[in-house]
Amino acid sequence: MKSFIDVCCKECWHSTEKPCDQFIRCCTEGPLCHHNPDCEKEFKKLNQELTYKEHDLPIIFIGKGTCGLASGAQKTEDAIRAELDKLKIKAVIETTGCVGYCAKEPIVDIKLPGKDRVSYCEVTPKIVSKLIQKTIVEKGIYKENFLGKYGPAENGYVNINDTDFFKRQMKIVLENCGVIDPSSIDAYIAHGGFKALDKVLTHRKPEEVVKDILASGLRGRGGGGFPTGKKWEFALKQKSEQKYIICNADEGDPGAFMDRSVLESDPYKVVEGMLIGGYAIGASVGYIYCRAEYPLAIVRLENTIKDCKKYGLLGKNILGSGFNFELKIKKGAGAFVCGEETALIASIEGKRGMPKPRPPYPAVSGLWGKPTVINNVETFANVAQIFIKGVEWYASIGTKTSKGTKVFALSGKIKNTGLVEVPMGTTLREVVFEIGGGIPNNKKFKAVQIGGPSGGCLPDNVMDTIVDYESLKTVGAMMGSGGLVVMDEDTCMVDVAKFFLTFIQNESCGKCVPCREGTKRMLEIIEKIPMSYKNTKNKVDQLQRFKGIIHLQRLADVIKDTSLCGLGQSAPNPILSGLKYFKDEYEEHLYDRKCKAGVCKELLTFTINNDLCEGCGLCARKCPVEAIMGEKKQAHYIIQDRCIRCGMCVDSCKFEAIDVE
Amino acid sequence: MHKKVFEAYPPKDKSVLIAVLQDVQNIYGYLPETALQEVADFVGLPLSRVYGVATFYNQFRLTPLGENVIRVCRGTACHVSNSANILFNLETALNIKAGQTTRDKKFTLETVACIGACSIAPVITVNEDYFGKVAVKEIPNILKKYSTQKK
Repeated sequence: MKSFIDVCCKECWHSTEKPCDQFIRCCTEGPLCHHNPDCEKEFKKLNQELTYKEHDLPIIFIGKGTCGLASGAQKTEDAIRAELDKLKIKAVIETTGCVGYCAKEPIVDIKLPGKDRVSYCEVTPKIVSKLIQKTIVEKGIYKENFLGKYGPAENGYVNINDTDFFKRQMKIVLENCGVIDPSSIDAYIAHGGFKALDKVLTHRKPEEVVKDILASGLRGRGGGGFPTGKKWEFALKQKSEQKYIICNADEGDPGAFMDRSVLESDPYKVVEGMLIGGYAIGASVGYIYCRAEYPLAIVRLENTIKDCKKYGLLGKNILGSGFNFELKIKKGAGAFVCGEETALIASIEGKRGMPKPRPPYPAVSGLWGKPTVINNVETFANVAQIFIKGVEWYASIGTKTSKGTKVFALSGKIKNTGLVEVPMGTTLREVVFEIGGGIPNNKKFKAVQIGGPSGGCLPDNVMDTIVDYESLKTVGAMMGSGGLVVMDEDTCMVDVAKFFLTFIQNESCGKCVPCREGTKRMLEIIEKIPMSYKNTKNKVDQLQRFKGIIHLQRLADVIKDTSLCGLGQSAPNPILSGLKYFKDEYEEHLYDRKCKAGVCKELLTFTINNDLCEGCGLCARKCPVEAIMGEKKQAHYIIQDRCIRCGMCVDSCKFEAIDVE
Repeated sequence: MHKKVFEAYPPKDKSVLIAVLQDVQNIYGYLPETALQEVADFVGLPLSRVYGVATFYNQFRLTPLGENVIRVCRGTACHVSNSANILFNLETALNIKAGQTTRDKKFTLETVACIGACSIAPVITVNEDYFGKVAVKEIPNILKKYSTQKK
């Protein structure tokens, strides 16, 4: 037996044509249908191998998610293979997904037979030979790049879950991420996968599944936070010969990458969640709508679907329950608005991704007019655990209104970038400062942007807000998909507002007037704030600027109240939260004509410090407008009228002689 | 060349339009006008509707690409890590604006909303290769690597 689909002896018969209802249980406990000590041994051995408990060769796990690959995981793997060849060592190399600690990628785990698995971070090709020498040849632990070990701590080497980054986390969704091979269905089954599906198909009626999900308190993780059970209940009650279930993997929010990571690192879990959802509402066809920008996720999903079909977990009469389910991937084509339910449906139907007014809700009339449930990747990834560990267990995690955990993507000016999963009710301060490790380079924290373009920027004084759908709303932000972008004193809040508005304005589909025209007007107003009027003689323009700002708040409110879909309704959030918490910064731009962060270029003046300038002339050569003059080996100077404030001179100067004010 | 694409899909099925366009674009790197007409006939929609879809989504382009495609991530995390500066530097180095192709057809410069690799911001991709934590100083080297290399 090499994999679970292989039969152990003649009496074993599970196949897609003739499904066995005990298949999943049999894989991990087997053989169930007959007594044969040889078969039992085979099953046990396979399980031990797949859970990496018993093996003869050393196993090297390399984290190859997109972030790992971008940090050079492939080069590390090549170096490891070359080194192993050189030393003539036989070892198994396993590909895993992302463990979440992206700042420390490439992460390589090494497990020797009979020993605990040990995780090493920042494994560059340079250190590979030392690492292999120390770990595989000398059977020790390579201290320099040690990240954490699995199993009990020994000799000061701590368990990975007791390290600062991991100890406050609680992993439900990310449980398998970075631990198992995301392209092996056997590994997933051996780690307890599809048990929930098995339990649901054999012991629960669809109504009971919906009831369980309702009782668990699971809410949509894509942003809105609508109770998942309610959505399923609506769809279940609809009478229709065809229903659909859709997984929304169109993760458009800049700054959020948990869906990508889950799809790359544990795709089977999402498929299992969809199967349970499909069974609950009576859908026989499912779609995964994934961004085309995530090629690796799509490859892994295609592989997942192929494997599930082979194992009889997708297709007709799944596990002999009579439940049929078919799963298809639809590649998005790059439109942020397609994250909105009705727009996503339009896109699957092959149309322009434009939202429709609701009601009717998709649960009543969705894809091709049939009842449709759309849930986010992270929502589906939660489902299986609810049935394995129980509804009460899940409902006991979190706050009164928000249950379970939430995955956040930490990025921006923060030490430990990566994915973290914390129980609801954790404060933002804990997430950013304790897990995230705070701001690098001794800079001061300014704000954290939560919820993508629809969310808000929160300053230090509201950082004690707990993570929960309602609490975040009261401070003017929203859960969104869970991107946390940290900003330090070098970030200008006016510039950030401008950035988000540019984004929203580009992505507005153009269907409704408030969003199409309103965001454009808002952007115009914001763009005028950091403009320098030094060279313009037209005073009307300056007057217009003030007039615009007076109307900004009202305009924002109107857009919020009258837009058709969530994109428009939340479009003014970056402005509103900016005006609420960072009014002084807006005023500083307006009245003092200064940008303290040094971002708004038009308000800056560049000067060369005569004492530091060596006269190398590099800046003069780099300057695209020839605004820098000076004799060789003499201090140079900048002609202010010509300067376009591009900052090229600052980047090129080796003596840090250029001052920016 | 793109006729083969049609074989994988049922004819006159409007819902496959986006997938067909994606496949056609994979062949040519863009959507030629003649191909659009044939796609329209194949899925049974007027050309105007096909054009509407092709221009709605950011992925589709109606002009040919350069040999190498540089995509600059303009997500939030990259933005606060100063990706605007990276973009500006690339624009000056290549002497084109985002969305354009150099005259020698070597490079196309594009911006993308978010690549989802925020943890290593700022990120740019050249063809299929990712470059994380890009510094302005590395740009000449990256460009040099691809301008000399033949595909």
